[in-house]
Amino acid sequence: MKEQLKTPELAAVEVDVDGGDFSRSEVILKGALAAGAIYGSAMVSPFVRKALAMSESGDVGILNFALTLEYLEAKFYEEAKTRAKPSGELKKLVDLIASDEQQHVEALAATVKKLGGKPVMSPKFNFEYNDTAGFLKLAQTFEDTGVSAYNGAGPMIKSKEVLAAAGGIVQVEARHAAAIRLQNKEEPAPAAFDSPLSEKQVLKAVEPFIV
Amino acid sequence: MDVTRRKLLAVGGGSTAAAAFLAACGDDSGTTTATMDSMGSGGASETAEFGKGDIGILNYALTLEYLETAFYADVVKSGLFKGAELETIRKFGREEAEHVQALTAAVKQLGGKPAAEPKAKFPLESAKSVLELAGTVENLGAAAYLGQAANIKSPEVLASALAIHSVEGRHAAVLNTLLGEPITPDGAFAKPADVKTVLKSVEPFLVG
Repeated sequence: MKEQLKTPELAAVEVDVDGGDFSRSEVILKGALAAGAIYGSAMVSPFVRKALAMSESGDVGILNFALTLEYLEAKFYEEAKTRAKPSGELKKLVDLIASDEQQHVEALAATVKKLGGKPVMSPKFNFEYNDTAGFLKLAQTFEDTGVSAYNGAGPMIKSKEVLAAAGGIVQVEARHAAAIRLQNKEEPAPAAFDSPLSEKQVLKAVEPFIV
Repeated sequence: MDVTRRKLLAVGGGSTAAAAFLAACGDDSGTTTATMDSMGSGGASETAEFGKGDIGILNYALTLEYLETAFYADVVKSGLFKGAELETIRKFGREEAEHVQALTAAVKQLGGKPAAEPKAKFPLESAKSVLELAGTVENLGAAAYLGQAANIKSPEVLASALAIHSVEGRHAAVLNTLLGEPITPDGAFAKPADVKTVLKSVEPFLVG
């Protein structure tokens, strides 16, 4: 059913970019306005452009993109078990998140294969931090970015099975984000809406950690 | 919808990882298929009592957000909480109120009629029982959004629902932390809840 989505996005972008082609599809415009009602009208255009940026990669592309992010998180937490010197409650949290991220890696790789694709290999990562506080700061960035990455990719997913499954992962990432933020004495849910990030924005955010 | 793809995903292979990944859409996938097919032709859906298609889903979410907002407002008034916990409750309440506003506006933009605010009464006996109820409500709310994500047709509505869904997940994790419960009670993959389960759970709080 999600095949239908492609056209509305393109139509909405044309309305957005050309600024005047309203006759094309009033329905689409209404959809964009609905998004505007939620994100604030200033957010509509960037959102639709973000949506388009993801639309060419297909489900396998999106899953492989998510897999890369999960590789990063899995490696980060696995390494942190010793390097970040977590103790007490934080140690339990790091162990839990490390296990969750590793399960996400395995599930995403397996799903890419089932869809007939080839799972991407893990890049090599380099995380710069010197102490527990430095680790927690990075962890917050990764978790918040992960949530927004999945939220940005969600509307581009064609298979509703993959979408439902990705939803099951993003909720877990959001829970991680809140728990890490509590450790940092930061607002666990800083805003009423977790805004989406495009693939480009996410890559830019994680690029410094890929060797 | 694409039955072949579903079969491929559900039957092919035998990897537990993929099975876990796809478990989210397991049990009620038959119902969901019917829903998707009938929604396209404007027929009944799981949320039909709230309106057709995306409007029905948005009104269903709106009803839950109304309940959450009313709940937090009552908790703030109860005087059971002070300090940091009270601030957290106020903050969550404000965020639920923003969800109400956004969903109401979205229903109107789609040409629908926003669901009316349900009348509700919540048991507010002790701080502990209230926190437990809040935890139940937030975990259920997150599962309710997750249960509808794949039914949403409009990418804009889906983007909005996802933006709310993860915030409900954050709230749930905070309450679970306060309660000393696991932040991810379903493990690495959060489970969805269907409309029937969710409505049955909130029914005891509805008045009249």
